[in-house]
Order: sequence, then C-alpha cells, then structure tokens
Amino acid sequence: MQNALFQYLLRLGDTNLILSHRLAELCSRGPFLEEDIALTNIALDHIGQAEALLKYASEVEGRSRTEDDLAYLRNETDFRNCLLVEQPNTDFAYVIVRQFFIDVWQGLLYNALKNSKDETLAAMATRFAKETAYHYRHSGSWMVRLGQGTDESRARLERAFRDLWHYTGELFETDATEEKLSAAGIVPTSDALYPEWIAQINRVAGEAGLRLPATDYMASGGRVGMHTEHLGHLLAEMQYLQRAYPGAKW
Amino acid sequence: MTTSANDIEKRIWERLEQIPDPEVPVITITELGVVRGIDWDGDKLTITITPTYTGCPAMTLFTAEIRAAMHAMGFQNLDIKTVYSPAWTTDWLSDAAREKLRRYGIAPPVKTISDPDDLFAPPPAVPCPHCGSDHTHESSRFGSTACKALYVCDDCKEPFEYFKHF
Repeated sequence: MQNALFQYLLRLGDTNLILSHRLAELCSRGPFLEEDIALTNIALDHIGQAEALLKYASEVEGRSRTEDDLAYLRNETDFRNCLLVEQPNTDFAYVIVRQFFIDVWQGLLYNALKNSKDETLAAMATRFAKETAYHYRHSGSWMVRLGQGTDESRARLERAFRDLWHYTGELFETDATEEKLSAAGIVPTSDALYPEWIAQINRVAGEAGLRLPATDYMASGGRVGMHTEHLGHLLAEMQYLQRAYPGAKW
Repeated sequence: MTTSANDIEKRIWERLEQIPDPEVPVITITELGVVRGIDWDGDKLTITITPTYTGCPAMTLFTAEIRAAMHAMGFQNLDIKTVYSPAWTTDWLSDAAREKLRRYGIAPPVKTISDPDDLFAPPPAVPCPHCGSDHTHESSRFGSTACKALYVCDDCKEPFEYFKHF
C-alpha cells in the first residue's frame, strides 16, 4: 500500500512540477504585463503543490530522499507526470488550452481527494482546490475570449485544442495502483472523473465555439516513464544546476 | 501541563506576535493566522504553522524568522511543523488586522459569493482604501504576490492592491 501511495503522489507531484516549469519559462515573456504576472502566479501555486506532494512522497517512501532530490536528481524515465504538461509553449493558445485541460481535471480530482481517508492528502487537496478555482477561471475565460476573438486567435485556439486533445485520455486511465488505493478509500479512480470533466470541457468549448476533435487516438505512457521527446529537454534545463554543482544551495 | 510551561508558551506567543509579515509588514504572522499552535514539553519546542498559499515564498522567510526569534529566546531544540488542515482562509484575519491593511493602502478581503462555473463572474466590489469610494475596478486578477489583485479607484484615480478573499 505504501508503494502504491508513493507512486500516486509522484504522479500528482510531477504533473504539478513539470507544468510549473513550463509556466515559469514564460516569466518576463508573457504577452503583456498582467498576463505575465498571472502565468507566473499560477506557476507558483503549482510548484507549491509539487513541493508539498513530493515532500509527502519522500516521507511515504522512507528512503531519506528529500523533495528536492526527487525533483532534481531523478532521470526522465523516473518521472510520472502526464504527457500533457510537458508539451511546449508553442504559442499562447497552447499555454491556455494545456492549462484549461489540467485546471478542470485538477478541480475535480482535488474535490474528490478532500474526502480521502488519508488525512494528509485530504488536507492538501482542500488547500489546492481553492487555488485551482482561480486557475480555472483564468484559463477558462481565455478559452472563450480567444475562441470568440479574431480569426487569428480562433484559428490558433483550434489548432492547440486539436493538437493537445490526444494527451487528455491519459488523465482518465485507471490502473492497479489506483484501484488498490481506491479500494482503501484513499483516492478516486481516474475514470470516475471523466463524465464531469467532459461535461465542463463541452460547456466551455461550446461557449468558445470549438468542436471536440473527432478522434479516438489517445497517447499514453507518462505513468510508466515513457515520455514525449520534450521532457528530456525540460529536465536538462530544470536540473542543470543540481547536476553540475551537486548540493548547491541558494 | 505545569504553570511554568503555560508561562513559557505565553512568552513565546508574545514574541511571535512581534514578527511582521515580510510582504505586508503592517500585520504580524499571528494576526495573519499562520501560527496554529505551540507546544513546549520541557525539552523540545514544537511550533505548528500553516501556509497561506501553497507556493507562497514568504513561508520560507516566516520559518527562518520564527527560528531566529526562538533561538534568541534560548530554544535550541526546535521543530517547526507545517500542517495543511484546516486550510488557511482570509476569514481568520481579525478586524484590527483588516483595518491595519486598509490604512497601509491594501484593501482587505471582501466576502464574495459567485458561481464557480461562471467564468465571467464580475470581480468583487472593493472599496478604495484611500478615499473609501465604491467606484473601483479590477485591473488585474493577479498581483505582486499570490494573495493580491490589482484595482484602480475611479474617483480618486489611485491604483491599489486588494488582498483577495481566499
């Protein structure tokens, strides 16, 4: 059970960590000042969540690896984040669509985790759910504005929506690790989140004038360390300092 | 618990009440509600804190300042524990702390009830901390720190920060 919980915490922690790094790449490069501040504020929430989750993961693992060791000293194939968050900031539409898919999913997941029999996880989820509500309003309102904006913004939103869509299936895969934890009342199974997720996506996509892509193909592999080519490049930058100067402190 | 342990904990509280919030120095970390408990067992001191926002960078500074203050009081065996439950809320800010914020130029949190599914729900109506006018508008939902949004007063024309309800 401890190992299942450790794996689960890595999935949640890594997803937040990698998304946070992607958003942090936009620091000082946002399309305008307020948006720059918004994206980096959201990045800060995600890295805070990652820190808390990975810290708890390290306690559960009990092998004296700290949250920093987990973040900076693991290799690409040891990361358990979903593939969606490692996708690059191709343009602002990609940033918003990626965020929107995750915000809706995290909102539902954290709400469910509030009732976890694991008190630490339940307390963290209560905290995180409040933050996610802010993120969702931000990304969701941008979805509608870009969709109803100019021909250019609409075309870019459609492209990002179509390209990122096939990374969403992975969010709802249920495996043995989850089933074990779910039977103990610790986590919801991911497939249980899907009906509400797709309903919310449909509602906002409808307002934005988007149609859901007609494809059944979904990419998968993040949970077993089979990542897209983008993660290695991201880690090379994120982990550079600790790899080059082991144990360096601020 | 002995009376002396009570006295010691009281002294510790009094010392913690002097530590200002590094971002908003007019209020202290105890007014903010970050310190959740103190436990002195005669040998080891445990201070329990809760984060405001999960990623708030000020938390590291809070911890460092608490540690320094406690060391200065002679407590060497110190454990600072972080708990997430109950989740911090701006409802814990006292009326006195709200007034201090307002005088400092930061509008205190306003309770808002809006439908979480309404993406374009209007931002809360926040009175200007300078002139008191209700004619203000949100200029950015995210501000210089995770806990604040940016507003502008339509009457006195001053921009100001708003401590978000959370």
